[in-house]
Amino acid sequence: MAGETDRIEKQILLRAPRGRVWRALTESKEFGTWFGMKLDGPFEPGATLRGTIVPTRVDPDVAAKQKQFEGLPFELIIDRIEPETLFSFRWHPNAIERGVDYSAEPTTLIVFELKEVADGILLTVSESGFDQIPLARRAQAFESNEKGWGMVVKLIEKYLAQAA
Amino acid sequence: MRKPRSAAAASLDPARPASIFAALGDETRLRLASRLCAGGPQSIARLTAGFEVTRQAITKHLHRMEEAGLVSGTRSGRERLWELDAGRLEDARRYLDVISRQWDAALLRLQELVED
Repeated sequence: MAGETDRIEKQILLRAPRGRVWRALTESKEFGTWFGMKLDGPFEPGATLRGTIVPTRVDPDVAAKQKQFEGLPFELIIDRIEPETLFSFRWHPNAIERGVDYSAEPTTLIVFELKEVADGILLTVSESGFDQIPLARRAQAFESNEKGWGMVVKLIEKYLAQAA
Repeated sequence: MRKPRSAAAASLDPARPASIFAALGDETRLRLASRLCAGGPQSIARLTAGFEVTRQAITKHLHRMEEAGLVSGTRSGRERLWELDAGRLEDARRYLDVISRQWDAALLRLQELVED
């Protein structure tokens, strides 16, 4: 069952030119616009970017929810950039505890893959590596609550899978 | 990294599932829940077997889980039998679905941006 708790995968059809999708994903400023973060440099393989959470400008409701995390610092480690095909990076999932140093902990890998289909671009996003996140960290995410949803879910998912 | 929650989260009461997650936020409690799920209602004595912690500690963990409504204890003769409240786990499952939609929400914002 390891695969089920380690990885999330999502797909979406984007009716836009490949170049436009690619730009939205790999130009750090554009990425920040839809994701809701401000990054301190361009995406380049191997680069470590420092960013802060800023409410997204795309959706006002979501922006309101993100407000409590405004200014929270985090790191994004760029992995692969294969022009108009694949973009990947690593980060510390759910690193939203102020004042905690996450740098020594395992990261998850986020991969965006673009595939040309009849109606546009089929984008696949996956995030994997959750099984490597220490149980203590996941438990801590519970105790500090609300904030910990990402890890909470992984843990519950794992528990349900084992218990089934 | 916090991902924004989807609108569906608003329809759930965050206070209740939060207590379930807190109640499971410990390796021993998680194992207890797992045992109760697999083995059905059990006594403290049976639950304590195999754990390297005292019966008192297990009792404390069970009470914490009981406060969260995750387990309940019923008297059976001289001992109490503990069992899992499946309805509460269903709540947790629902939350799981909500979270799984976080990426969807982010992707919809991306879609809005690129299809403009």
